[in-house]
Amino acid sequence: MAGLYRIEDLRSDDLISIPIMGPALCAGFPSPADDFLEGALELPRWLAPNPPATFAWNIAGDSMRGAGIFDRDLAVTDRSLTPIHRSVVVAIVDGTMSLKRLVFEDGRPRLTFDNSDMPAFAVEEMVEGEIWGVVRFSIRWHIARAGLVR
Amino acid sequence: MSRAIALIDGNSFYCSCERVFDPKLARVPVIVLSNNDGCAIARTSEAKALGIRMGEPWFKIRDLCKQQGVRVFSSNYTLYGDMSARTNAVYRDFAPRVEIYSIDESFLDLSDVQPARRLELARDLRATVRAWTGIPTCIGIGPTKTLAKLANHIAKKVPDLDGVCDLTDPVAYDHWLCRISVEEVWGIGRASLGKLEAMGVDTVADLRDLDPRPVRKAMTVVGERIIHELRGLSCLPLELMPAQRKGCAVTRSFSARVTEREVLEQAVATHATRLGEKLRRGGLCTTHVSVFYHTSTHDHGAPMRSVSTTVTLPEATNDTLALIAAARHGIARTWRDQGERPWRYSKAGVITTDLKLLDDSPRALIGQLDRERSGPLMAAMDACNARFGRGSVVPARAGLQAKRTWSTKFEMRSPRYTTQIRELPTAVA
Repeated sequence: MAGLYRIEDLRSDDLISIPIMGPALCAGFPSPADDFLEGALELPRWLAPNPPATFAWNIAGDSMRGAGIFDRDLAVTDRSLTPIHRSVVVAIVDGTMSLKRLVFEDGRPRLTFDNSDMPAFAVEEMVEGEIWGVVRFSIRWHIARAGLVR
Repeated sequence: MSRAIALIDGNSFYCSCERVFDPKLARVPVIVLSNNDGCAIARTSEAKALGIRMGEPWFKIRDLCKQQGVRVFSSNYTLYGDMSARTNAVYRDFAPRVEIYSIDESFLDLSDVQPARRLELARDLRATVRAWTGIPTCIGIGPTKTLAKLANHIAKKVPDLDGVCDLTDPVAYDHWLCRISVEEVWGIGRASLGKLEAMGVDTVADLRDLDPRPVRKAMTVVGERIIHELRGLSCLPLELMPAQRKGCAVTRSFSARVTEREVLEQAVATHATRLGEKLRRGGLCTTHVSVFYHTSTHDHGAPMRSVSTTVTLPEATNDTLALIAAARHGIARTWRDQGERPWRYSKAGVITTDLKLLDDSPRALIGQLDRERSGPLMAAMDACNARFGRGSVVPARAGLQAKRTWSTKFEMRSPRYTTQIRELPTAVA
């Protein structure tokens, strides 16, 4: 497999709701993780319909302003979503996790910036890039973030 | 329809969890160390190829890892536990009955799936788990748990199978059983292996074809059961509900030796706190708490001491504060002041062996504990710790986490990427 996640392998089935994550009890071996379990990040079901595939990311940088995502925002990816034309995605580019817009030009996938101050053209071809997950929504803080973060 | 059980497990599970969030770990050797960074407990194929063995002590491989650029991690059980819950949620989408066997292995009942469709379903499950959670898996299918486990082993070892092996298929069953060594069978230990060798048993098929009765004499009822299971006769049902615990223990080695009473009391109070959480999660309670602490047999020439004492509670409880009081009482009556050559304690723990369901336990007439007050307090404490992270609210007796010098070491732990808002992974925009 070229990456964690190849476009042609993606499922297009409708989303299915799954019970929210919680500690599981093992019938066989006691889990060594038992002493370290914490509640997962709490997201309402209408925002995150598929908890096992939902992961949150900190965003650093301003190259995706055009998508409404700014430095220090939080982007929530749903790995069960199929990336399509103009999806905002977390992708692995040159060994770094980065936030990009996926566009198809003449059927070829490209990862682009989305910021009018930056070059509009595609910055990377999808040769070495791997899509990690599709961003379902993002979160902005409108007061000092330190006041909210626990 | 014939019975079919699948065993699905994560490949190098702990290492795979680390790889999901750090692309720089792809294709390089990665290992994860046990508690207190003692020894290697998970290795990627690249690390295995360097000759790093399972359970190898960290101090023995430290130099090799540095030379070869092996990426080394302390266990991040918060992350592994969360990723395990995610994979199991996906399994439950594919099979209604799932037995979580260990943190990275689950049995699935596929009996309702038509035989011809089982491989397809397993491939779909594997791809979905990989896509949704990033965890690579292997799946073995068989008419019994023992054969499912064997099929899983084959799926792992034979790359052409693409991670799935179905031994409910008679052709595959006949093909593989005479090609796999008997030592790969689940439950065959070193002792049995010697006996089987003497009987001329070499492959799994040889074992299957033995007469079960003489085997029972040589290898007890367990050996006989294995033969039936290899023949496709199920002796081990799926355990959908974990059995009620009879006992519970919280024991830890200190990361540095402990000589002071206050520190020992703090450690034991911390263990009692954890014990209370475990009991409450199972709706259980206890009337006895045993406390032990001892020096290390590795400290040659140092004074040795090993203490164990049992404290009886006025009535069955799972109240952390009552458990802490009992544990401290155990220390108070066994502690001896340090002299010229102090005892340097290496490990302590609290143990219960008489667990009952709280709802069934009788109330004491005299010395009754205040359940009506303690229940909501404990529930609030558990809720805070689940929501704000483990150790957010602790009894003062257990001491502040940041100031503990004795607690388990995890010096090379990765961030808790999925459960802590401050430790989320970062994507560059």
